[in-house]
Amino acid sequence: MRIKRMAALAAVAALSVSLAACGGGDDAGSGTGDGAAKSFAAGSTMEKLNKAQKLTVGTKFDQPGFGLKGLSGKPEGFDVEIAKLIASELGIPADKIEYVEAPSKVREDVIVNSNVDLVAATYTINDKRKERIAFAGPYYEAGQNIMVRKNETAITGPGSFADGTKKVCSVTGSTPAEEIKKHVKDIVSQVVLFDTYDKCRDALKGSQVDAVTTDNVILLGYIAKDEASFKMAGDNFTKEPYGIGVKKEDTDFRNFINDTLEKIFADGRWKKAWDDTAGKFGATLGTAPTLNRY
Amino acid sequence: MDVLIENFDVFAGGFWVTLQICLLAAIGALILGAIVAVFRISPVPPLRAVGTAYVTVFRNLPLTVVMFFSAFGLPALGSNADFLRIPLLDSLFTRLGTDLPYFRFALIALVLYTAAFVCEALRSGVNAVSAGQAEAARSLGLTFSQNLRHVVLPQAWKAATVPLGSVIIAMIKNSALAGFFGVVGDLAQSADQLTSAEGFAFIPVAIGISIGYLIMTVPLGALLDRLEKRQAVAR
Repeated sequence: MRIKRMAALAAVAALSVSLAACGGGDDAGSGTGDGAAKSFAAGSTMEKLNKAQKLTVGTKFDQPGFGLKGLSGKPEGFDVEIAKLIASELGIPADKIEYVEAPSKVREDVIVNSNVDLVAATYTINDKRKERIAFAGPYYEAGQNIMVRKNETAITGPGSFADGTKKVCSVTGSTPAEEIKKHVKDIVSQVVLFDTYDKCRDALKGSQVDAVTTDNVILLGYIAKDEASFKMAGDNFTKEPYGIGVKKEDTDFRNFINDTLEKIFADGRWKKAWDDTAGKFGATLGTAPTLNRY
Repeated sequence: MDVLIENFDVFAGGFWVTLQICLLAAIGALILGAIVAVFRISPVPPLRAVGTAYVTVFRNLPLTVVMFFSAFGLPALGSNADFLRIPLLDSLFTRLGTDLPYFRFALIALVLYTAAFVCEALRSGVNAVSAGQAEAARSLGLTFSQNLRHVVLPQAWKAATVPLGSVIIAMIKNSALAGFFGVVGDLAQSADQLTSAEGFAFIPVAIGISIGYLIMTVPLGALLDRLEKRQAVAR
């Protein structure tokens, strides 16, 4: 009786595996298909990942153009494409990547605790973060900007918050949130912080706040979706180099990602990834950033 | 532990914002809870129904849901909770008077939610007053409200002190949720900021905010113990 049941279970399991294999074909074009053929130095993270044929990537699930998880169930965007390119250099097909949501406040923790192999999540390289983790890159240089309601004329840049009347929204624990605090007169009465930018957008639309601030590319995504309501106010006022977060001590892996980035900058895959994702919102890519190897 | 010393002003500021929320919410919840309690024990059936409905709804909804309704529902209905800018209070508690509505939204949610528990604590106090007291008062010709004011409620308060204290302590702890619904600078949100934006290790920061909350709750608990001893009624 028991043997029969186990056999049935095994059959079901086998069936579901083969079904999953059938469904896995929709990411064609990213994986180069050379599978485990690549070889890496013994004992390195690259070899380990290649052997396991699995890459766990932390990314955002709520950022249009960079990492947005829609109804398809898989996140899409520039960060995701970069992760796929790294995976393909590791000899891992794109459908073997597992995505883990990495909102701003847990990004260091998921790396330190080994929940993910790398984080590509509009992740600004800064010295404070470098104390706990390491960055490869940058692969893109964004800049902080301000989004306002279409009819707003009083806000033209970060200086507009100095008189203490205008309210601004951003995301808890993000670099833009810290930056805008330097420009307001009273933090408690002018700054609103939520866990996602969607809530900020709703607060802006509902007039609870007068502006939303974060990196230009994220704002461009929102404006592209709702041009009737929102517009940009002024130019970028910071430089936000986006990097790939990895374990602090894993210098080999960091160098490998840096090499990969250099490769994809040169062969056009980087530009194509941009044009397919965030580039659609009208943001310009510019020239490839200089890698910050340290 | 350097984090605690280095960022003392952040913790102190967070403590101050949280204390403001808690004080205002406690005042509001005690007033509203007392009103609902009177509704629930009143001799008028429709009022009793209103009181019961209120308690049933707010005692059984998670606070997170109430917060969502307040912070995102009220704006959707076009309200910024400006009715809470009470002239005298908003000069005492600057955050009520600001244009930023999220402090008020958090207060509304906390008051609505806590009032249901205050009501039940008070009602348990009323039930602790022996029926003979109320009957005697009635037989002396006191009206319902006189009876309540002079005979039942004074005794009920005493019996309700300890459960009410627990309700207020729970409310202080619940106030941590406000930081995640747009209130910037309270204890919970400050901790979030320190660990995420500034990349401080989590444990010392968590210990720091825990101390902040304990400073508010432990003395309150001790005070309640003393009150209980003083007010103990020999039966």
